[in-house]
Amino acid sequence: MSHDTMHIAFTLNGKAVEIDVLPHERLLDTLRYTLGLTGAKEGCGEGECGACTVHLDGLPVNSCLVPTFQVRGRDVRTVEHLSPALLAPLHECGATQCGACTPGVVMAAAWIRDNSHLLSRFSIRELMAGNLCRCTGYDGIVHGVERLVASEQGAA
Amino acid sequence: MKVACPTTLAEAISHKALGFTPVAGATDLWAHWPVRTANHDLSYVDLSGLHELRGIAWSAEHLTLGALTTYWDTMQDSRVNAEFPLLIAAARYVGAIQIQSRGTWAGNIANGSPAADGVPALMALDARVRLVGSNGERTVPLDRFYTGYRATVMGVDELITAILVPRRTYSFTAFEKVGPRRAQAITKVGFAVAHSADGWRVVANSMAATVRRCPSLEAILNASHPNPPAEPDLRAAASKDLAPISDIRSTAEYRTEVFARLLRSTLATMTARP
Repeated sequence: MSHDTMHIAFTLNGKAVEIDVLPHERLLDTLRYTLGLTGAKEGCGEGECGACTVHLDGLPVNSCLVPTFQVRGRDVRTVEHLSPALLAPLHECGATQCGACTPGVVMAAAWIRDNSHLLSRFSIRELMAGNLCRCTGYDGIVHGVERLVASEQGAA
Repeated sequence: MKVACPTTLAEAISHKALGFTPVAGATDLWAHWPVRTANHDLSYVDLSGLHELRGIAWSAEHLTLGALTTYWDTMQDSRVNAEFPLLIAAARYVGAIQIQSRGTWAGNIANGSPAADGVPALMALDARVRLVGSNGERTVPLDRFYTGYRATVMGVDELITAILVPRRTYSFTAFEKVGPRRAQAITKVGFAVAHSADGWRVVANSMAATVRRCPSLEAILNASHPNPPAEPDLRAAASKDLAPISDIRSTAEYRTEVFARLLRSTLATMTARP
């Protein structure tokens, strides 16, 4: 197997980074093991659970399904970039328990908050369907996202 | 593992001709990546830098989806929503936003899974696939694209560059998918149905070795139009058109039964339309 490294540059949480990566690296592993950002979690490794959700050019993606070489020149944001205050409405609504899904849930929730015009066409449940939670039963998550969106609209 | 990151289509085609596997959204190719070690030895050509494959365009005759068009690109496009609700219905069933933002319609075609959700909707709309290779360009009807399980007419040097969807007035379209849950699930039984002045189209997924048009069902629908055919006729036609198997996701018996019932109930919603 050839292990020639690739040199790539991209924007991570608002800062320019340049790193050498192996061609077969997934963005999830590059973030966790090369860049030390362990917020994104590996759950299923097949794009079903959403625990590894990050934002790529402003859209939620499963970082386990992103070859790192594809983020060259692009904008990546991880849960570490978000304000901890974002968690408050989720905590208030019982949307967290064991916490394994929470980084991905928060990334999806933040995207919905920033794109609340989508809620005229899509329900919160549909937009959150890519984030599995085996603890809370989802009602708390849906209520937490509703509260997050409402607080944002109140602040605006 | 080798990766080529071309910036021109010609460069990408020359890598494809050398046996490099094309990567667009990677949502199929990178699933379970760490344990699919055989794939780590392959060579890949990254299409994501090819700006000429981006974009949604309209002409008098066609909607043209550039090969890098994602499900989310179409879900966000008000014109596609207005004119092709069948495409939007299918897109909303593919994974969830994290997949819709990355997965491409063309990748769904090229991957060749019989369970593909995007392909039945495109095939029911008589979509055609534009292929470009070292000897030039050709356009293949999507319903002639597959030659067997995960086998296609694509040449070793050819890439999909666009999907052309004819613009027609549809009196009825429907997309159905049965899986373990609404989001994120692989289809056990699925179909897309469309009716226009060009007649009925019925396309099934997860019901044969490929996504497949159903000529017998289309014939009896055309014959009984505007009324739906009787259920025994539907079942007989479906058994001629389809060959479901039992596998990890479902059984042939379940698929046969659910397909017939779901098609009947779907067609009942358009009763007595001229």
